[in-house]
Amino acid sequence: MSQLKNATRLSVASRTIAAMLGGYALSAAATAALSLGLPMPRVDAVITASVLSFLIYGVAVIWAFACATTARAWAGIAIPALLCGALVWLLGPAS
Amino acid sequence: MNGSLRQSMAWLHTWSGLLLGWLLVAVFVTGTSAYYREEISLWMEPELHQSVRSDDTVDLAWQTLGRIAADARSWDISLPDARNPAVQLRWQPAGEEQPRQGGGRNRGEQVWMDAGSGEVLTPRETRGGHFLYRFHFELYGVPRLWARWLICIATMFMLVAIISGVITHKKLFKDFFTFRPGKGQRSWLDAHNASAVLALPFHFMITYSGLLLFMVMLMPWGIDAAYDGDRRAFFDEAFPRSTETPGPAGGPADMVAIGPLAAATAARFERPVSRIEVQHPNRENARIRISVEQDVTISGRRRGGSPTQVFQGSSGGLLETIEPREAPAPLMGKVYNVMTNLHLVRFADPVVRLLFFFSGLAGSAMVATGMLLWVSKRTQQLRRQQPGAALKLVNGLNMASITGLLAAIGAYFAANRLLPPALAERSSWEIRVFFLVWLASLVHGLLRPHRRGWIEQLAVITVLWLALPFVDMATTNSHLFSAAAWRLGALAGFDLICLLLGALWGYTLWRVAKPKQDKRKPARAREPALAEGNA
Repeated sequence: MSQLKNATRLSVASRTIAAMLGGYALSAAATAALSLGLPMPRVDAVITASVLSFLIYGVAVIWAFACATTARAWAGIAIPALLCGALVWLLGPAS
Repeated sequence: MNGSLRQSMAWLHTWSGLLLGWLLVAVFVTGTSAYYREEISLWMEPELHQSVRSDDTVDLAWQTLGRIAADARSWDISLPDARNPAVQLRWQPAGEEQPRQGGGRNRGEQVWMDAGSGEVLTPRETRGGHFLYRFHFELYGVPRLWARWLICIATMFMLVAIISGVITHKKLFKDFFTFRPGKGQRSWLDAHNASAVLALPFHFMITYSGLLLFMVMLMPWGIDAAYDGDRRAFFDEAFPRSTETPGPAGGPADMVAIGPLAAATAARFERPVSRIEVQHPNRENARIRISVEQDVTISGRRRGGSPTQVFQGSSGGLLETIEPREAPAPLMGKVYNVMTNLHLVRFADPVVRLLFFFSGLAGSAMVATGMLLWVSKRTQQLRRQQPGAALKLVNGLNMASITGLLAAIGAYFAANRLLPPALAERSSWEIRVFFLVWLASLVHGLLRPHRRGWIEQLAVITVLWLALPFVDMATTNSHLFSAAAWRLGALAGFDLICLLLGALWGYTLWRVAKPKQDKRKPARAREPALAEGNA
């Protein structure tokens, strides 16, 4: 990667943020949503969701760098994260 | 970032591997050593080596504790097993329990006892294999939480590097059977692929389960959502434990002899007794728990549940027999148990342990050759220009993290034998030697030009590791030519592995030091050239 153009550099930086921070947000939201939503006893749901969380994170990172465009990379992480966040808000304790 | 999926994955693989690669080498190497942390600790305490278990061992332990800890709140006797020849005696002194510094349960006082003679042994002060084991997941001398997060981030990078590495390779298995030695970058690439594919399931398992071990720290959001932030409630449900808090001590009372009780428990479960715990020793309400070794099932719970019998201390009456049982676990709970048990090798099969050890070596080699590949590729692209500062820095860091760390570990073992046994702060000095040697190798690696530096460091670790068994011979009575080393196996094994690894470093030295073959024209600098498997 010796002759990175500025646009490419920006794309790499943006995807890196999407992968590291966006990926973590997505896996955290998905873990919370699965813990609340999986049709099994509470403790099993939490363990299942937490065990899967790192797989979700890993896939999100791969996604962020595999997409053809930076916008699609972000969309593929942000939209599911927001959906999971909404689920947590709906299913969560009414506080 | 344009280009095919394989190209973007090759790029991701290169950079996720390089950025934390130095740390990952250290994590892999120290983690590999941790499979034998008990054996390393034993090797580093030669004062314990002559202890041999006999029929009187249980009685001797009982008498010794009665002499040195008669009014303790509790006793805990760990009897010798295949991996440990001496008896460990622990007790909680009378009085209020003091919380230990740095968290964790207060383990009270402890001494070692010779299983044959009953005399209290005072081994030289050392952190043994425990230092390397701790370094593996929390480094040394930095705040524990920060270190653990840093290592977990590196582990996540490792996971990404593994997945992207697999995607990069369309010819995974063809690459595995390709080895072209003595061809510079090509050889490093082949070595990298071979060590990666050879133990790929192991690498994936060890990385993923490493994250699972810190699941609650890294990913508490599921617990917080389902339990409304009450983590204690989750733990109580997930890992139910009978936590009886012992009541106050009763009046003084003599206890029955331990020998017959231990014999009864051993006969009941048809196994030698491994552990004896006593609550309120020498009191009316003394309770004696006698446990035998448990067969660890790979999907089982991680703690407790050994076959145990509980006796009333003053009368010797049997109160309870606890049969081994496996706590029912949901499928994913079992998956969690299997993964973490595999990571920690919580089963005593020596053959499997050795296979894991070699897989760990393969993993270390995989990370190390990946780092070397990065430098090798960019060195070839230079086409006779002088390498820049960045390349020199990466090369120096590579040296320190690979040969430097091996020198530091070898020096740590040598220091254990060569420092005076009664030296004050002895265990700290062993660790200081470790870090000073590591630092020296970094300075040397940054100052010496590329190939010469590697040759010198490889020469140092070859001599050092091959010398360890001879240093052992000069300083102890439990070396390769003694009965004690072979009676325990672990000690002979330690010296043999030192010889084996020393030979391996020597072979590497020979390969690197050989005069270079004709300088080939550097390969066309293609981006990225990492995945090009065609010669």
